[in-house]
Amino acid sequence: MAELVIRNLKVSIEGKEILKGVDLTLPQGEVHAIMGPNGTGKSTLAYTLMGHPSYEVTGGEVLYDGQNILELAPDERSRLGIFLAFQYPVAIPGVTVANFLRTAVNSRRRAVNPDDKGVPIPEFRKLLKAKMEMLKVDPAFAGRYLNDGFSGGEKKRAEILQMATLEPKIAILDETDSGLDIDALRIVSEGVNALRGPGLGVLVITHYQRILNYIKPDVVHVMMDGRIVESGGPDLALHLEEHGYDWVREKVDSGSVPA
Amino acid sequence: MTKETPRVVTRVVRREGATLKDFAFSADMVRVDGLSRYITQYRQDAWTSYQALPMPTLKDEAWRRTDLSGMPSDRFFLPKNEAYLDLAPLPDDLTKPVADQEHGGEVILTPGGAQVSLAKELANQGVIFTDMRTAEQKHPALLEKIMGKIVAAKEGKFAALAAALADNGVVLYVPRGVAIEQPLHSLLWGPGEYLAHISHVMVWLEAGASATYVHEYASPTEKAPAFHAGLVEIHVGDGANLRFVELQSWGEHVWNFTHERSSVGQDGQLDWIFGAIGGNVTKNFAELDLVGRGSMGRMSGFYFTDGKQHLDYDSQQNHRSQNTTSDLLFKGALIDSSRVVWQGMIYVAPGAMKTDGYQANRNLVLSREARADSIPGLEILADDVRCTHGATVGKIDPEQVFYLRARGIPQVEAERLIVSGFFDPIMQRIPFEGVRERFQLSIAKKMAAYHG
Repeated sequence: MAELVIRNLKVSIEGKEILKGVDLTLPQGEVHAIMGPNGTGKSTLAYTLMGHPSYEVTGGEVLYDGQNILELAPDERSRLGIFLAFQYPVAIPGVTVANFLRTAVNSRRRAVNPDDKGVPIPEFRKLLKAKMEMLKVDPAFAGRYLNDGFSGGEKKRAEILQMATLEPKIAILDETDSGLDIDALRIVSEGVNALRGPGLGVLVITHYQRILNYIKPDVVHVMMDGRIVESGGPDLALHLEEHGYDWVREKVDSGSVPA
Repeated sequence: MTKETPRVVTRVVRREGATLKDFAFSADMVRVDGLSRYITQYRQDAWTSYQALPMPTLKDEAWRRTDLSGMPSDRFFLPKNEAYLDLAPLPDDLTKPVADQEHGGEVILTPGGAQVSLAKELANQGVIFTDMRTAEQKHPALLEKIMGKIVAAKEGKFAALAAALADNGVVLYVPRGVAIEQPLHSLLWGPGEYLAHISHVMVWLEAGASATYVHEYASPTEKAPAFHAGLVEIHVGDGANLRFVELQSWGEHVWNFTHERSSVGQDGQLDWIFGAIGGNVTKNFAELDLVGRGSMGRMSGFYFTDGKQHLDYDSQQNHRSQNTTSDLLFKGALIDSSRVVWQGMIYVAPGAMKTDGYQANRNLVLSREARADSIPGLEILADDVRCTHGATVGKIDPEQVFYLRARGIPQVEAERLIVSGFFDPIMQRIPFEGVRERFQLSIAKKMAAYHG
């Protein structure tokens, strides 16, 4: 079983160190949550794992299936099975959801066989239709320009639809709950839960405990000031919801957790 | 987020050393034999204007950014009758995709020849859709009514040239109240080195008429230069509705000059779509004249230039009456060392209140050597109007590229997808799927040569 292993990861943006040595192991088949106050580096971790060019890795490694993915381009990481559900999905005007996903599927096929002619259109339509039904997405969605004029909820559902279609092995959900009302959150969470299984490891990055009522984590990590400072079971999330982050901060400041 | 390395662009500006030579055309080439008095007078007057007007230079405001000094003007010659027999034949794919789909009529112009078809039920309703030479013989009264009424020959050197020497052209006339459901298609096929293709397109919709019409200019790319000068005159009558699509896929050896104007009557509507992917140097004057109260005009353009192509659009939206609406959006992408100029003006005449005018130009500059100039302008002589404009010259948004790469799409392919999406909304306005696909394919081919 493949797993994502993050070791002592250090990342800077424009010379400022944001991640100061993150350690985390996410096995396939498990759901881990990363919680923490704003500005502690949660999204930096998400973008770095996907290979955003603005984030400079200054130390550490990220192993997937034994390979250090930090050496790979974002598209190579994606084709390897890593998926990032964006906090702020980017609009691509003029490119329909269907056209975009077909291109993404074809990129995967061509990476395996450069002469691949691409997925036949009827076959792709069938695949997309099945995924949309599973996630209860309106079929008209496929013909709309990607994220262009989408509501917050629609954008997040489009992210989950992409995840369902591309079938990653490791999925990072970056604040997928932000900007969603309770109904949209429930729908998106149901989508994630429908994809849960032994072949998928999920990293849920969130500021609030709310989403974890719907997507039950196996492990909860607390991130503070660029490090994972506390890890525990699902109860940890509830504890944080009730008591806030101050007690974690005090523990860090008193030196009782490795900093 | 991303840091840009400072760029230094060195540009060699060619000063006009040698003045452009005059064309080798002469008065005896003005086609008047056996034609009506009106046409004879029109062409002879045009010839007089042509002779009186100097060749444009970089000192003329409208030509400041388009240098003609490399044009071998003295070497261009007019085609003889049936000249097409010795030239590159019309490729099937230019007409086939349209033929597969229902069309109401088609005019194919080749050097020294023409093929015309029109659905019988349209002809029975009085619709005329034919080549200009046929119209000269069969419909002289109609030409007297519509020829030279929208664009004056003396407006420019090339307008006068086209009016005087037009070898052929297309005439579309739709009588009052007649609605044409099936789109019409015409194509000017212009092969031949040093050949001068001179065309005159006239579209006249009477009150309450409606039509969709696609006109194309095309040629293969050849070694030696060629030339096209064209006039496009459009009249949209009161309450009439026209969708006019003009697509240019000239070979990359063609010097191309057009003067076009549409006049829209009361409550009339015009949806005018421009597409350009070909040509060596193109200078296009396109003008929307909203003359009737409540008239509307939309101008949409797409272009993709590569190599050393030079494309210069001069657009004008004239609000000459109250409650008129205009909406212009030109979008283009540039690679290699190509250059595009768009200069647009919204003019609101005195008393043209409640006018709503909009113009926008968006350029994607995909290589360091390419250059786009975008020059919007407003001239407002009335109160209580709303006129806005916007122009952007930019690159592909790296956040869009990252998003697509995060889904496994390689960088160059991601960029191609973004560019094709950039054009898609305007492409969707082309009514023939076959024509649309042909242009999408041409853009894809140009993009295939692009490697980031």
